[in-house]
Parts: sequence; C-alpha cells; structure tokens
Amino acid sequence: MIPQEILDTLIKQFPGVTFELKKAGSGDPSILVPPDRILDVSRFLRDDDRMAFDSLMCLSGVDYTGGRMGVVYHLDSMTKRHKVTLKVEVSDDQPECQSVESVWKTANWHEREAFDLFGIRFAGHPDLRRILLPDDWVGHPLRKDYELPEYYRGMKVPY
Amino acid sequence: MGLLDQRFENGNIVISSIDSLLNWARLSSLWPMQFGLACCAIEMMATGASHYDLDRFGIFFRGTPRQSDVMIVAGTVTLKMADRIKILYDQMSEPRYVVSMGSCSNCGGPYWEHGYHVLKGVDRVIPVDVYVPGCPPRPEALMEGLMKLQEKIRNESLVKTA
Amino acid sequence: MLTEFGRVLIFFIIGAVFVAGGLVTAWLIRPNRPYPSKLTTYECGEVPIGDTRVRFNIRFYVIALIFLIFDVEVVFLFPWALVYSQLGWFAFVEMVIFIVILFVGYAYVWRKGDLDWDRPAPKIPTFEKGVGVREDHLLEEQVVGS
Repeated sequence: MIPQEILDTLIKQFPGVTFELKKAGSGDPSILVPPDRILDVSRFLRDDDRMAFDSLMCLSGVDYTGGRMGVVYHLDSMTKRHKVTLKVEVSDDQPECQSVESVWKTANWHEREAFDLFGIRFAGHPDLRRILLPDDWVGHPLRKDYELPEYYRGMKVPY
Repeated sequence: MGLLDQRFENGNIVISSIDSLLNWARLSSLWPMQFGLACCAIEMMATGASHYDLDRFGIFFRGTPRQSDVMIVAGTVTLKMADRIKILYDQMSEPRYVVSMGSCSNCGGPYWEHGYHVLKGVDRVIPVDVYVPGCPPRPEALMEGLMKLQEKIRNESLVKTA
Repeated sequence: MLTEFGRVLIFFIIGAVFVAGGLVTAWLIRPNRPYPSKLTTYECGEVPIGDTRVRFNIRFYVIALIFLIFDVEVVFLFPWALVYSQLGWFAFVEMVIFIVILFVGYAYVWRKGDLDWDRPAPKIPTFEKGVGVREDHLLEEQVVGS
C-alpha cells in the first residue's frame, strides 16, 4: 500500500482527526499525525489486517528550528512488505507526546534516547530516563540551542 | 616496604647494576590492562594476534588493573567512561604507565569540535607516558609506542630524582 | 652419611628457601605507595556497592566430608598395594572386607541423596516497575512443583 492509500484508510478510520501528507525531497511522503492521537493511530496501524505494521524500525527526535520539534516513526510490515513514515510535531518549550511503548516494545529505548538528547517527554512511558549520557548530565545536547558546559565533574569539556 | 624505592641520594656501581637488572625485568614483561574502547581496540587485538605478535615482547593482556603494569587506552574516551578510567588507574599498582593509543585518546580525535560527550584527550584525567598517533594507528605504530615505553623504563633509576 | 629422611629434609628446606627468597626479594624491591583510592575494591571501575563477602553453598562441606573419608580409605590401600606380592590370601580377603564395609557406607550416602547437588526451584522474577511485562501465568505461586 502506498502512503496515499494508508492516509485514506486513516482518514476513514479516524474521522475527526486532521492528517496531512508531507512531501520531503524525492522519497515517499510521510503522514503528519497530531501528538495526542499517535497512540490510537499506532495501535490501529499494528492491529489492522490490511496494514499490519508490526515493526517499528526507528523512532527519532528532530529539532526543526523555529520553536518546533518533532518525532519521526518509521514503520515496516514484515507480512505485507510495505513501509510508512509518521511524523509528529510538538512545540519547543513543552515537548510532550504520547508513548507508543505499549504498541511496539522497541520504542522503550528509542523514546529514552529521544528524551535524553532532545528532552521530548513521552506520556505513558514506564521508565523515562537518560540512556546514553551520564545520569547527572544537564541539558539535552542535540537541540539546536544547546551550549556546551565548561566543566563536567572536574573535567574540561571543550577542546 | 620498598627498601629500594627511590631512597638513594647518589648512585654507584651497585645501584646502577641493580637498576639495569630491575629495569630489564620490568620492560621485558610489560603486562597491559586491556582497555579497548572503540576502533583502536581492533588494531590492538591485531597487534596481539599472530601476525604482529606482542607475546614475543613478554606482553600479554590482563583483565584486572591489580596485575597490570601498563594501561593502553585504545579508543574514544567519553565523559561517562572517564570517571571509571580514573578509578581504574588509581587501582593499578606501581610501577604503572599509560599508553594513549589513537587520536581520540590523545586529543579527542575527530570529535574534538562537536563532540559534547567526548573527553578531549585522556591526559585530562590520567598522566600519560607515551602517545601513539593514528586513527587507528597501525600495529607497527603501536609496537613502536610500546618500545618507546620500554626505552623510557630502561632509563629509570633507583636514585632519587630531584 | 645422610639418611633418606635427611635427604627429604634438604629438599624441603631448598623448596622453602626458593619460595621465601622470591617473596622477600619482591617485598624489598617493589614500591609501596598506598592511598585510599588505590585500596578500594575492584568493581570494573565503578564505585563498589555492597559487601565483598560471599556466602558459600553448604553442599561444599558435605562433599568435602565424604571425600575425606574415602581419601583416608585410599591412603590405607597404598601400603597394602606395595607389599601385596608378599602377603597371602589372608591379606587379600581382609582388604576386600574393608572395602566392602566402606562400599556399604558409600551406597548409603548415595541413596540418601548426599551426593546430589540439590538445585533449588527456579525463582521467576517479577517486576514492580520499569522495563518488563508482568506475565501472570509465570508468577511464583502459580508455578507447579516449586
């Protein structure tokens, strides 16, 4: 199924929700989902027989400058052999999104990484804490407005 | 007890003979603590393997700092790891040496500019004796670094240095 | 001039001198500069948590005890085996009776289960919070035979 068909199915399934088709470059367009409906949409995409997206290949955070951040989900179906990309946009000062950990277990660590590096909080995540950086690190480094600290525990950080 | 540890004010023929003997013994059986962190660890393994054998120098890798003479820091040192490196260096017993292998542990390497999590050079936490440049250094380069360390050990002395 | 025992004593003294010489020389030569961070327990670079004392399995004691008894039996067998060719049937039968008595003891120990390394029933871990799913059919109280 191509993204346009998936979009049509989603519009039919969730009548009140606004979806958008975002084109980016030469690849397939991705589907923009509002952040408070991503859990229902994910569960539908996994459980529906025509879609059967049983594999979350990647979940990454993005910092679009201009006060917007986002989360990108790459889904894949091993039975139906199609892929789709979902995008969620959240605001910069209060980045909150629903957690899809109950749908695909791999999202557990991917969402921890997005929280660690971007500061995006996932509501409903059972164990949201830093995964890559040390536990007492201050700040979220992959944001565009991040400033390097001078010292970390007595060690000089910049070159 | 260290009866002979740096307690002599000036040298004589007996001291220098003991010096030579001790230094020869120490440099002929340098036991490194394997500290492979990243890609340089692969080159360190290659140096220890059969083609560029390190065992013929008396060098074989120990897993614990208590039994090792030299710590070869091979790979990128992140800030999270730097705490542990400090503790492990403290737990090594004298005489102990450090070989910094590769660009990342020499000076931060390719991550010097944008690496927020990388310690720019392991000499910010522990004192380093020999730096081996390269990304990664070839096995011959690592062996040259270890032989330079052997030269350094050869010139040590029981006479107290000022 | 020296008895056999005397020769063994010389060997023993040379062996002891070898070991002691090495240890004493090392003690004289090595630098000894302790400081608190060096004396901490090794835990792969982490700050050590908890006590370093471990509890040993009590089955080691039982196995060692049984081993001791049969080791003493073997010690008795050795001199008998050395002079066996000069002894007659009487010594053979006597040794067979000795071994049969000990064999009865061995069979008793075996049947009683003292040679088994009893494995305790497996504990299924439960998670209160954090990563992991609580699977009801694997809860400890519901596992049959635990």
